[in-house]
Amino acid sequence: MDLEFMRTHLPLYTEAAWLTLRIAAMGILLAFLIGLVTSITKYLKIPVLTQIANVYIELSRNTPLLIQLFFLYFGLPKLGVVLSSESCGIIGLAFLGGSYMSEAFRSGLDNVAQIQTQSGLSLGFTNSQIFRHIILPQAVSTSVPLFCANVIFLIKETSVFSAVALADLMFVAKDLIGIYYKTDEALFMLVSAYLVILLPISVIASFIERRVRYAGFGDTSAVSG
Amino acid sequence: MNEVLQVKHLTKSYEKDEPVLKDINFNLQKGEVVVIVGPSGCGKSTFLRCLNLLEPIDEGSIVLGGETIGRKDKNVHQHRQKIGMVFQSYELFPHLSIINNILLAPVKVQKRDRKEAEREALALLERVGLSDKKDAFPRQLSGGQKQRVAIVRALIMNPEVLLLDEITAALDPEMVREVLQVVLKLAQEGMTMAIVTHEMEFAKAVADRVMFMDQGVIVEENTAKEFFAYPKTERAKQFLNTFHYEALEI
Repeated sequence: MDLEFMRTHLPLYTEAAWLTLRIAAMGILLAFLIGLVTSITKYLKIPVLTQIANVYIELSRNTPLLIQLFFLYFGLPKLGVVLSSESCGIIGLAFLGGSYMSEAFRSGLDNVAQIQTQSGLSLGFTNSQIFRHIILPQAVSTSVPLFCANVIFLIKETSVFSAVALADLMFVAKDLIGIYYKTDEALFMLVSAYLVILLPISVIASFIERRVRYAGFGDTSAVSG
Repeated sequence: MNEVLQVKHLTKSYEKDEPVLKDINFNLQKGEVVVIVGPSGCGKSTFLRCLNLLEPIDEGSIVLGGETIGRKDKNVHQHRQKIGMVFQSYELFPHLSIINNILLAPVKVQKRDRKEAEREALALLERVGLSDKKDAFPRQLSGGQKQRVAIVRALIMNPEVLLLDEITAALDPEMVREVLQVVLKLAQEGMTMAIVTHEMEFAKAVADRVMFMDQGVIVEENTAKEFFAYPKTERAKQFLNTFHYEALEI
């Protein structure tokens, strides 16, 4: 391996890593909001909006991100909507991630027993108070592991961004291979870059999971053990 | 007559099916304890849930302290605060500590001062012997302890009547006792209660009046003493016999 080559081109990777992270962060945040809104819509069975949410979720989950990006980047301009590569990346990731976040949160909501609502009603709570103080906190804490898994999944999905001319990590690696034929070095740095991004996130995620799953519910033995 | 709760000609059915409750008439005086017994599926739990407006009713009326109440009322939430309910499966809120379980409704629903409500909560916990558990979480408690907390959670709302729906059915025998003791104490202090239970000995001890239901109707109604010693109807005799195992034939 050519260490000198790797050292000189490290800045390219750092820059690309920041770009990847920035787009991932915005895309995931949007995905999270879409997920929250659609799952609550479905949970409350709001007419019309529930059907729209269902169509969106099926469309989003059953098409690959690459195709979604192609549509945004090459398809929309034909309809007169031109988006920058970065916008395409963010919107694409949000579109894909929204359905995954939605399903994660829905399973959390479904997990809260119906009788908890009745227990709240019998104490005089209104439906919206029950949702806010009783259902939501329980649903969030059971959904957190799924949220975390989705965050990692979505960051990995960013590797197809190069297809819409975004200078992300994958793009840089392919570029370097194309120019210098330094396949081993370029790919090694690519894998390392993803690990440097994802490993800390994974560690933080499992820490959060433990906090909300056990300590928050009072099973302290599970934390220490 | 000091009637807390009155039910007139209550009829209820789930979609298209045979009615689960047929023309029920029921009165509850202040300080009175009525125990409702009957075979599984006779409609006694459904009846309690109707009283608390958790289930819609088809016909008849429910009168609480002179006011006819219904699920569609604007102030249905105020009505429910006056009718406490304890469930078989406790239904504590798993994400909150015991003290917060108890305080959530007084603080959020009744907008009471947290400090002041907390003093009352601690006094109530003390009374059920659980003051050391205030910071524990529901999953750290035994079934009997959870059920005592559920009773405290209902009591802090200062209800006019307390409905207990088979509150010992999910408990181990040793824990049944500690829960029933709490209920017995409440009865002595004059709490108005409607209790659904399968514990016949407890029913004998706590009830002023017993209501025997079968297939959605009140078959027999009498003082506790009379009902257990001299059941009038054949159906009630049969039912009470099922609790005497010495009569089992091999």
